[in-house]
Amino acid sequence: MRDLDPFIHFEAISKVFGTVTVVDALDFHVARGEFVSLLGPSGSGKTTLLMMLAGFEAPSGGRIHVDGRRVEHLPPYKREMGVVFQNYALFPHMTIAENVGFPLKMRGVARAEREAKVKRALDLVRLRHLADRRPSQLSGGQQQRIALSRALVYEPKVVLMDEPLSALDKQLREHMQLEIRALHRELGLTVIFVTHDQGEALTMSDRVAVLNRGKIEQFDTPSGLYDRPRTRFVAEFIGETNLLAGRVAQRQGEAATVVLASGGSVTCDRAGPFETDSEVMVSVRPEMLHLVPDAAAPNALPVTVEDHVYHGDHIRLHLAFGESRLVARAGRRDAAPPIGSTAFASFAPGDCALVAP
Amino acid sequence: MSARLKALLLVLPLIVFLGLFFLWPLWMMIATAVQGGTVRLAFPQTATAIASWDGAGPPPASLQAALVRDLRTDTPQERFGDAVRTLNSQQAGFRTLLPRTARAVREAGEADAFDLVALDPRWSEQGYWLALKRSMPAYTDANLLAAVDLKRNDEARIEPVEPDFAVNRAIMLRTFVIAGQVTLLCGAIGLPFAMLAASVTGWKRNALLIAVLLPLWTSLLVRTAAWLILLQDTGLINQTLRALGLIETPLSLIYNRTGVLIAMTHVLLPLMVLPIYASLIAIPRNLMPAAAALGAAPLQAFRYVLLPLAMPGLLSGSLLVFMVALGYYITPALTGGAGDQMISSVIAFYATGTANWGMAGALGLFLLVPTTVLYILYGRLSRTPLVQT
Repeated sequence: MRDLDPFIHFEAISKVFGTVTVVDALDFHVARGEFVSLLGPSGSGKTTLLMMLAGFEAPSGGRIHVDGRRVEHLPPYKREMGVVFQNYALFPHMTIAENVGFPLKMRGVARAEREAKVKRALDLVRLRHLADRRPSQLSGGQQQRIALSRALVYEPKVVLMDEPLSALDKQLREHMQLEIRALHRELGLTVIFVTHDQGEALTMSDRVAVLNRGKIEQFDTPSGLYDRPRTRFVAEFIGETNLLAGRVAQRQGEAATVVLASGGSVTCDRAGPFETDSEVMVSVRPEMLHLVPDAAAPNALPVTVEDHVYHGDHIRLHLAFGESRLVARAGRRDAAPPIGSTAFASFAPGDCALVAP
Repeated sequence: MSARLKALLLVLPLIVFLGLFFLWPLWMMIATAVQGGTVRLAFPQTATAIASWDGAGPPPASLQAALVRDLRTDTPQERFGDAVRTLNSQQAGFRTLLPRTARAVREAGEADAFDLVALDPRWSEQGYWLALKRSMPAYTDANLLAAVDLKRNDEARIEPVEPDFAVNRAIMLRTFVIAGQVTLLCGAIGLPFAMLAASVTGWKRNALLIAVLLPLWTSLLVRTAAWLILLQDTGLINQTLRALGLIETPLSLIYNRTGVLIAMTHVLLPLMVLPIYASLIAIPRNLMPAAAALGAAPLQAFRYVLLPLAMPGLLSGSLLVFMVALGYYITPALTGGAGDQMISSVIAFYATGTANWGMAGALGLFLLVPTTVLYILYGRLSRTPLVQT
């Protein structure tokens, strides 16, 4: 359904700075009304991609279509996108109302209509009472909401956000995440959201594009990324994972048996594209790993308990499996096994994924 | 307490310096402008006697006798000369009348009453005595009035001086016009220049800033002399234009208003560029992209975002240039014609040419007042930054 309506379409888009390829021939679609995050470490090209969409960087190659129109030759002020910048970028010499009214003024909207729309936009972020203040009189969170309301006031087709929450403290950030999500739903916005915070990307997005060195590692729903990582980078970048090196011994349809380098073998329900004899990594999330007393459980690996650490809502178990180190999460009510004891770590064949080493 | 004393001792040299070389001369200049004391000092008895004469009717004999007694006293030559000069500026004729009378009085015996009118019929004219009376007060507004082409007439009413002598107002006006023109030119060149310097980085920015600062580090005289070489009829600019075939006869670029404006703009440009540059680099980096992203075309972004944010710099730069330009003396003197001299050259003329310190002080005061007002304005502006971090 989504791919039938490619509202924003990047076609073989790339960006080269000198000899460095920052964005490497990317192809992907964003559907109308979708909330898509561009997630990656610094230098992965996510901000460059956003800047090309906003019009601040010219692509070195490829095309960008928005709503069926090519935009890469348009200057930023003709792209009709709402942009929220990292440090809010409010105009210090204008009041809050003037800031929010700025995009309307630039479009020649008459004063009366402008004032009505500014009020509505300020109501969206519940800050109408601050209309006559200056940006310097507002807190960081308030400034961020004003920046948001300024980007929404002229009802742009697309809203771009460049790490908009990175300057806020944790609590405020989580609150703003919910607020932005609610606005997205309420107004049916198409949002492209750049972040390096995987938690933020997972909570807010319909889909997340994980970028690494200018390429998309995986473009998937949050649960798709977490439960079915397709590359080692995604498995390690999103959440926490245990990686077990091994070789595919046998394929049975979708499933595969993997002989581990540290000894023993496991079966995995989703083997992906890996053929027999290919070197792979088995990725298992810590909360999928359970400590059991005997080897009868599926995919049971003999381990020694090295340490257990109390974390409030869970207990982290540090386990030694041959040469490898594993991490498991146990419930807080589970009795912590004594340090030095031996047991078996087990996971269901449906709770693992194979990725390239 | 001792710490305070130490602190005071540390700034004492500065205070002494400022007092001695800034406040005291300034005070002296103002005082000289309003002091009418030269005549009073030379003729103390006349001063007392003339106070009781109302200026109507003929001068009483007692007043004449007091003047004769004063003239008989051995007044120092210099003081006498000052008094004569002051009186002569009030009433032409004193320059010959007083020395002549003084000589005659001293030659005559002390015992006899001296008949001034018999010596010179001018002493029967009311005007001379009135001028004498007007010059007697300890403080006078004569210099201040003269500085703006006004004087007191025989009835002590203020009236304009004869058109032939009324030059100060025109020169004052010219001073303000030239300073204004230079300020506009500096703004027109300085704003784009500062924008360019603030938009590039690395060696390009350094090169641009050094290009502005270099003239600031060079002697004013050297810079002005360089313009003489460049702008004269056989100078570099005219020769180049002629070689290119653009002009037949050389453009007159110097010894006129054009020359003054070119040289002064060049000399004062750094004072405009640096404050604007400072206000531009204080603008957060993402404001201009934000303006563009929100739909502002380049000219709109300039008009509604950049210009308002650069305005404090532009205003302080303008005030700075205007204030400094008001006092310019050497540059207009070297690159201008007779009709381009500014008020400072008139002050210099009174101070060094005719030793009329009163007039020099009065004109200086008229230059000091607007400059002080502008300076206070400048202080206000530079203290309230728009961009708060």
